[in-house]
Amino acid sequence: MTRIQKLNRRSFLKVSALAGGGMILSFNWLAGCKPKDLETLGDPKEWFRVNGFIQIGENGLITIMSPNPEGGQNVKTSMPLLVAEELDADWENVVVQQAPLDTDNFTRQFIGGSQAIRTSWIPLRTAGATARHLLVHAAAQTWNVPSSEIKTNAGFLTHDGSGKKAHYGEMASLAASLPIPEEVQLKEISEFKLIGKSHRNVDIQKIITGKPLFGIDYKKPGMKYAMIIHPQAFGQKLKSFDAEEAKAMPGILDIFQIKSLQDDYTRTFFDTTQFTDLIAIVGDSTWEVLNAKKAVKAEWKLMEAYTEIRDMFGRPGKREVPSGLESTSSQEKLINQAMQSPTLIRRDGNPEQAFAQASQVIERSYTAPFLVHNCMEPMNFFADVQGDEVNCAGPLQKPELTEQALSARLGIPVENINIEMTRLGGGYGRRSYAHWLIEAAVISQKTKHPIKLVYTREDDMTAGIYRSRYQATYRAALDSDKNLIAFHVNAGGLPENPLYANRFPAGAVKNYLAEGWEVPSNVTTGSFRAPRSNFMASVEQSFLDEVAEAAGKDPIDFRLELLKKAKENPVGESNDYDPERFAGVLNLAKSKSNWGSEQAGISRGFSAYFCHNSYAAQILDLKMENGNPVIHKVINAIDCGLVINPDAAKNLCEGAVVDGIGTAMYGEQTFENGEPQKKNFDTYRMIRMKEAPKLIETHFVENNLDPSGLGEPAYPPVFAALANALYQATGQRIYEQPFEKHLNSG
Amino acid sequence: MATYNLNINGKNLQVDVDPNTPMLWVLRDHLDMVGTKFGCGIAQCGACTIHLDGNAVRSCQLPVSAVTDAQITTIEGLSEKGDHPVQKAWIEHDVPQCGYCQAGQMMTAAALLKSNPSPSDEEIENAMNGNICRCGTYTRIKAAVKTASQNQ
Ligand code: FES
Ligand code: FES
Repeated sequence: MTRIQKLNRRSFLKVSALAGGGMILSFNWLAGCKPKDLETLGDPKEWFRVNGFIQIGENGLITIMSPNPEGGQNVKTSMPLLVAEELDADWENVVVQQAPLDTDNFTRQFIGGSQAIRTSWIPLRTAGATARHLLVHAAAQTWNVPSSEIKTNAGFLTHDGSGKKAHYGEMASLAASLPIPEEVQLKEISEFKLIGKSHRNVDIQKIITGKPLFGIDYKKPGMKYAMIIHPQAFGQKLKSFDAEEAKAMPGILDIFQIKSLQDDYTRTFFDTTQFTDLIAIVGDSTWEVLNAKKAVKAEWKLMEAYTEIRDMFGRPGKREVPSGLESTSSQEKLINQAMQSPTLIRRDGNPEQAFAQASQVIERSYTAPFLVHNCMEPMNFFADVQGDEVNCAGPLQKPELTEQALSARLGIPVENINIEMTRLGGGYGRRSYAHWLIEAAVISQKTKHPIKLVYTREDDMTAGIYRSRYQATYRAALDSDKNLIAFHVNAGGLPENPLYANRFPAGAVKNYLAEGWEVPSNVTTGSFRAPRSNFMASVEQSFLDEVAEAAGKDPIDFRLELLKKAKENPVGESNDYDPERFAGVLNLAKSKSNWGSEQAGISRGFSAYFCHNSYAAQILDLKMENGNPVIHKVINAIDCGLVINPDAAKNLCEGAVVDGIGTAMYGEQTFENGEPQKKNFDTYRMIRMKEAPKLIETHFVENNLDPSGLGEPAYPPVFAALANALYQATGQRIYEQPFEKHLNSG
Repeated sequence: MATYNLNINGKNLQVDVDPNTPMLWVLRDHLDMVGTKFGCGIAQCGACTIHLDGNAVRSCQLPVSAVTDAQITTIEGLSEKGDHPVQKAWIEHDVPQCGYCQAGQMMTAAALLKSNPSPSDEEIENAMNGNICRCGTYTRIKAAVKTASQNQ
């Protein structure tokens, strides 16, 4: 069925015939879909803005705005592709421009939760279809023929009857002046020409030739470099500092104290900032600032407990921040206490009775440490505050939310704040918490210079916003026929509870109990690639492997039986997965892997998870060599609806697998008297090429469902696929992450 | 401060900086060549890799005063038209995700292929092991190095 899409006026602000092409575009941020396109067609003399997303040059070159920040999820290619598809553009004559933050023309300009494509699937296509509609009507008027007889293809309009033909550029001027239609028709999936085929990253030419692209590359005349010093430990505050010597060092402009967010500011979820009192060092070059930073003598004092006022997505809330210097071992004690008195979250049937009557109960506890995002591009931002005007540029995931806090802090209305979005050298959740943007702006406001604030790797790794520390205890009850009759999860974290109580195996087990707890902490945490799922999948899927074994069943068949129950006879109301789609990826993984056939010396682990509206199943093959796993192959079976750009989608899933294996094996931040112990990559171990799988295969379930998340779903389950394969290889189950600690060489 | 005459990507360039300034910051801050990336500053990540007389070195650990008359190549000068076999292979395999580590990866790969035109899997892994990719593109990087090795 062709979809008819009603138009939302707000997203189709029309501006007619903006003259002087180059004037409205900053060309250095343009990306060509084919490296040579700009050279072949040349710059247009005039651009016509058909709507917020599309500008067409008189020569047929088309600019499509990419509304969301790009951090490696490939949205800068796949989102404009949706527009180009409905526009019927020639992808080779499209250039993509990164849109600035612009809440009039665009919505949901952020990265997070693998939602970009899911939520823009219809709006972006509608933008393309609208422009196509206007071009068709412009041609119909010009040629004096009925619009219904005009066809479009690859940037051309044709009319068979009269033999007329024109490229989009020839009709762009008239199209831009026509009234916007009330509704437009979207293509059938079978009519897609671009979607579903692989297209290269539009920025690839710039990446491989080292062109400025990232926030850290951003420069403006007169710009000064800045760094900050924050407390060495959580639970500490700045007491005083002596910068006399440092101020006299070459190239140093000033060293002073700043306050990023005010203590009484009502913070949204993404305004999390631990250290608001900082020392700022400003100078002519990074090296000079780095040297002066080392010469500043700071003294710290203990912070008192306080309450942060919060606005939790419209609801008032607060965060209790305890005082004290936490250590990894002291946190463990608090966690073990808290899990004794959890809060009930979901209860089906009579789990207590079922456990009492069980012929076998399996109980296991799992822990996972704090994790650091470790984006390869350290946190940084450019800010230029001149009087009442603010211009910022850099890598961030949620510009719209940060703009509010920035406006409040500077006392400058949001209308006067411009945020240009650069490419992100990784985000994974970390760049949603943009305290560094506020810091850069405060430093600029004080010094009256354009400022580039850069965190050193050490500043980045010790500034907080970590993945929470988690722990979970699972219990499963089997009856005398080895059927799973009850399931109990008690999960929590310091400070965040990771539990998703309505996910599998909820709905598949008659007696089900989910409980949770939280321990307050002054260590700041935030979203981390596949938030919470990254822990829940890692442990639940290990546990289910053990339960399947106790039940004497194949791990895939065991889950398939449960999914069958969830489909035919679901327990409870609010199960948030589709058992049939879930079973689909299990079966796909099974068929692609020759599951059940032994390979000499190879140990296999299976795992599967549902999150971000997508389903992933994985099979991991490894061999032990000198006490360490050598991972030969990982097979991904993914259902994320229709796949827009298959090769890029595979790349993302491969990355999720490598990242997940690395985090499971090595990822960990620890604390001693509040001080993060790992400050750079010499101690925080990252996965390297030798430890990555030799081969990763990714298979997608073919369907025409609306596309769902892709950046995250392959990440959470791979932890358990590895744990389960390690068990097959060594006979040892691992209950504590990182796994490295429990292997021979660890 | 001292004046240094540097040979970078076949051009003679002059900078007036502190002798201890690492080449990483000379390139990025003083010469506006930002293709070479800062990742760790302690020789652990490889993001800052450049060539010094054809060998891969960590520019975050290379003081400008130590360069003397050696020839420096950065990602901007790996080829004139972006068509070095490594660059072409990176396009063919659509390697990058966020892309931040890739200049360093390519510079390491190019130096490897220069000294060893047809490396084995193990030799590739050994050479590339110093370059971290947080996005996890290692399998594509390895495949691209092999393609580049065949197409030199
Ligand atoms: S920045 Fe030089 S090795 Fe990391
Ligand atoms: S592509 Fe993102 S760090 Fe390598």
